Amino acid sequence: MKVLVGQGSCGIASGAKKTADKITQLIGEKGLDIPVKTTGCIGICYLEPIVDVYDDDGKLYRYVQVQPEMADDIVEFHLKDGIPVEKYLIPEEGERFLADQTRIVLKNCGVIDPEDIEEYVAVGGYKALEKALKEMTPDEICQEISDSDLRGRGGGGFPTGRKWNQVKEQKDHIKYVVCNADEGDPGAFMDRSVMEGDPHKMLEGMIIAGVATGAHEGYIYVRAEYPLAVSRLRIAIEQAKEKGYLGENIMGTGFDFDININLGAGAFVCGEGSALTASIEGQRGMPRVKPPRTVEKGLFERPTVLNNVETFANVSEIINEGSEAYKAIGTPKNAGTKAFALTGNVNNTGLIEVPMGTTLREIIFNLGGGVKGGKEFKAVQIGGPSGGCLTKEHLDLPLDFDSLKKVGAMIGSGGLVVMDEDTCMVSIAHFFMNFTQQESCGKCVPCREGTHIMLELLEDIVKNRADETTIDNLLELADTIQNTALCGLGKTAPNPVLSTINQFKDEYLAHVRDGVCPTGTCQAYKKIIIDEEKCVGCGLCKQVCPVNAISGGSYKKAHVIDNDKCIKCKACISACKLDAIDIV
Amino acid sequence: MLSNKKHMTINGEIVPFSDEKNILEVIRNAGIDIPTLCYYSELSTYGACRMCIVEDDRGNVITSCSTPPKDGMVVKTNTPKLYKYRRMILKMLLSSHCRECTTCEKSGNCALQALAKRFGIESVSFDKSKKAFKDEYEIDRSSNSIVRDPNKCIHCGDCVRMCSEIQNVGAIDFAERGWNLEVTPAFGDKIANTQCVNCGQCAAVCPTGAITIKNEISKAWDAIYDPDLRTIVQIAPAVRIALGEMFGLTHKDNVLPLIIAALRKIGFDEVYDTSFGADLTVIEESNEFLERVENIEDHKWPMFTSCCPGWIKYAENKHPELMPQISTCKSPMQMFSKVVKEELNVNREHMKDTRKPWVVAIMPCTAKKDEAARDEFKTNGERDTDLVLTTQELGNMIKQAGIDFNSLEPEAADLHYGMFSGAGVIFGVTGGVTEAVIRRLVENKDMASLTGISFSGVRGLEGLKEVSVPYKDMMVKIAIVNGLANFEALLERIESGELEYHFVEVMACPNGCINGGGQPKSNKEIRSERSEQLYANDKMSRIRFSESNPFITRAYKVIIKDRHHDLLHVEYEIEKEMKAARE
Repeated sequence: MKVLVGQGSCGIASGAKKTADKITQLIGEKGLDIPVKTTGCIGICYLEPIVDVYDDDGKLYRYVQVQPEMADDIVEFHLKDGIPVEKYLIPEEGERFLADQTRIVLKNCGVIDPEDIEEYVAVGGYKALEKALKEMTPDEICQEISDSDLRGRGGGGFPTGRKWNQVKEQKDHIKYVVCNADEGDPGAFMDRSVMEGDPHKMLEGMIIAGVATGAHEGYIYVRAEYPLAVSRLRIAIEQAKEKGYLGENIMGTGFDFDININLGAGAFVCGEGSALTASIEGQRGMPRVKPPRTVEKGLFERPTVLNNVETFANVSEIINEGSEAYKAIGTPKNAGTKAFALTGNVNNTGLIEVPMGTTLREIIFNLGGGVKGGKEFKAVQIGGPSGGCLTKEHLDLPLDFDSLKKVGAMIGSGGLVVMDEDTCMVSIAHFFMNFTQQESCGKCVPCREGTHIMLELLEDIVKNRADETTIDNLLELADTIQNTALCGLGKTAPNPVLSTINQFKDEYLAHVRDGVCPTGTCQAYKKIIIDEEKCVGCGLCKQVCPVNAISGGSYKKAHVIDNDKCIKCKACISACKLDAIDIV
Repeated sequence: MLSNKKHMTINGEIVPFSDEKNILEVIRNAGIDIPTLCYYSELSTYGACRMCIVEDDRGNVITSCSTPPKDGMVVKTNTPKLYKYRRMILKMLLSSHCRECTTCEKSGNCALQALAKRFGIESVSFDKSKKAFKDEYEIDRSSNSIVRDPNKCIHCGDCVRMCSEIQNVGAIDFAERGWNLEVTPAFGDKIANTQCVNCGQCAAVCPTGAITIKNEISKAWDAIYDPDLRTIVQIAPAVRIALGEMFGLTHKDNVLPLIIAALRKIGFDEVYDTSFGADLTVIEESNEFLERVENIEDHKWPMFTSCCPGWIKYAENKHPELMPQISTCKSPMQMFSKVVKEELNVNREHMKDTRKPWVVAIMPCTAKKDEAARDEFKTNGERDTDLVLTTQELGNMIKQAGIDFNSLEPEAADLHYGMFSGAGVIFGVTGGVTEAVIRRLVENKDMASLTGISFSGVRGLEGLKEVSVPYKDMMVKIAIVNGLANFEALLERIESGELEYHFVEVMACPNGCINGGGQPKSNKEIRSERSEQLYANDKMSRIRFSESNPFITRAYKVIIKDRHHDLLHVEYEIEKEMKAARE
């Protein structure tokens, strides 16, 4: 019998450490000989902390939302007496959440202890590296990856095999492998979970990339905001070196490869390839003009393979199982799986991995258990601030690189934010534009100035001071930015605005033409109403109004509010003892 | 028959190209002025302004600065799409740009203003940005040479790249992100507190009024109208071959006599030539060199020249250990001011003019403004050179005075300090100091010898040149370097022992003083014309050797006598401190 406690950042944030400590303490007190192990994110974030009990036959009992006080029962009845505590076990829909997924990248997450290399090796870890080193030539590795149709999971979807091949063909004797672990999209945490839950899988992919391209040094550029991922990566690198999977003369083959970790300081733009390499070099993280491309002159002006965490984590599976088996998953030219971080107004939030080409409907209504509170589905924002929104009409669209591109969206790194009927799409566009303009590096004019102006215009709409020309101006600015910005982040910055205008033009028009925010989200469109029948003119509301919007009012004579002056702070509503004031 | 040359199609016309590094150069060579705000061929390609966009045959919009030409490439430079985007980009820039053009130092020379006019931006649709109407940033007037007004910055990065790539100084860089991006010294410090060497090359490339030369014209007017001051003006070599550009004159025109006439019309009492100071420098510096050669074992080699204040400041900041190797000679400007004032003090009674002498130097250089303010160049607490104006400032002063420069009658400078040798005048270009010193060293002073020296490798605008000259029984090895990044690279090779020299001439500005920070805006072609014209000036001189200048001989006899160390040499504070520390 053994106990696993999910301790990714999500688990720890829900108190998994306390739960784990309590279980360990109780096991000790009761003199039981059962190991309590740490594992990464199990994937069902909304049910954390999760405690998995494997009995001696390997049967899994999964306890969810385990608070320390629940540990008494679990230890006393299940661990000691062998009787599972039914009431704490995972509900059926929670089980389905995992069962309906296809896990390659996340296969070991929540199963093995990420801080123990033996557990990774026990599930077949580093077999692919051995095969690549001992049985394959660099050409064969590149060919295998090319044949698998693996495409970069960082957003662009560039064929990974072709990229590796281009680096392999470079004559330079120094080359680098760089892993982009600067996951910065709001609401995306796939890469973090891989690094926290199964760091060796990604390292193995990087080392194989080194073998395939002739590089001997790798860099992981990871956000400093991911301390747990960083510490587990460090442990993994150290253990891999001890075991001879990393460092000099790997597995006695004479191949050397070393991996360094670089911490990013939280700049979103450093997820862009050339800004990322500049940052590793100690320069300001700003994208540069191309050519030369990264495969020719990347890090330190040397040929560089630059892939993200999820891409590298797919490599060992392809080498082990072969490209044909890999290609069998997903849709043509969009092979394999994609991890998504499912968040927003959906019942089951968490980390999911599904075959490429799975429809939104399956994800949101099967895995996700539908929209929260039984509300109506309105849209889903995919691909973060560079992506766009998909609506009801896209529910049966297969999610892959090519299908999404056709409808003006992109997979991006894999954030999925579900929005219900109460979400104001103008506010959503405003939110993302605020993010991109803040995170613009400021180098090129369209991104620096243009996104800021777009934000100001969106603010005009949200604050009820826009007219129809505001929408025309937004479209004109978006067109210029898309076509003239320097880097990918700049070019895609207007996407959230464009796609919301495309899909929800009526909602924009309702704001600017009819003076109504249909979802009631935008405060500026609200009115404060004073009920003349109820108001006795006591003056309390007038006293608390910070902008002197309330006038009139004398004995038994109602107050009057100037809604143009009013800032909708609602202080008057709280102050009124007669419920005479309301906001509509 | 078509040659092997590669071709591309620009606006339907077939244009050949060879080794141009980008299609922007090809298009410009074809006579089409692609607008840019961040492109300088001498600097790395930055690609930030996006104004240089062109459309390819698939309708894609690409930046011409960053796209290498390919055989068979098809581009268009003026399409409705490009027109729309360029106008929009300009509107974006203007939306956060200071609009006070009338009071801007750069008005009339501003690239942003010019493009706004060219593209007919009649109004800015998005002008809610606070920046356009409010001075968000404090103006940095801490430097003696330049003024930084971040409110006018368009973040093209030209100054940043100039300061780091060409000058290896890195006094300014980008800070903050997005709309808050700014160009600033580290930690928002004042520019005067940085390692800035005052070369003014940042101001020279700044397309707007964000970095400008410190304007001191009004001080000159005040002095001219002060009845107690006797205003003396000296004109540096490189000024005469550049000022004409501000009045539409060609480099073939002999502008010096017109400058002299203009200065008199402006009201200066005496008009002299800094080349006289350069002649003094040649004598002093070659003497010092020969003295060091006599005791070759007692000195660290090479000896470095000392006339460029940007270089002096750079050495103080980054390589104080080199200070003992730098010639102790003052710069020509400072020698001149000191000697002239000495003469007037000595002969004040005799000259029956009791007004206090006040020296104005017209320089191609912004670092000279800083040099003149240094404590080492003060006598009894007063500056030897009272004011430094740049070539540009003089041009503006002439315009202020309403002088029709092109129709002036040529005039000659005053005696004795208006007389100079050709060796003094070539100080204005890289290699000039060296050539002048070599002329002093050679024994044979005939025409053939002069021609020989001019072809020895001292001439040309390359960043690094090497010459060897026989002197007595030794071979004097010389390096000539311009641009401080070039110097740094050279120094590394000297320190590693790879290269050995006796004499190294250093000029901070690329190409030397002809491209000083105070000169009118230029490009490669203009600079090479300036250089040619300076050598033509030398050729026109009756006197070609500094020591043959009769007024130099007179100055040594009457004024300098045995006081050449007091008057013409300097020991910088930092050296004194280092010496004290050693003892």
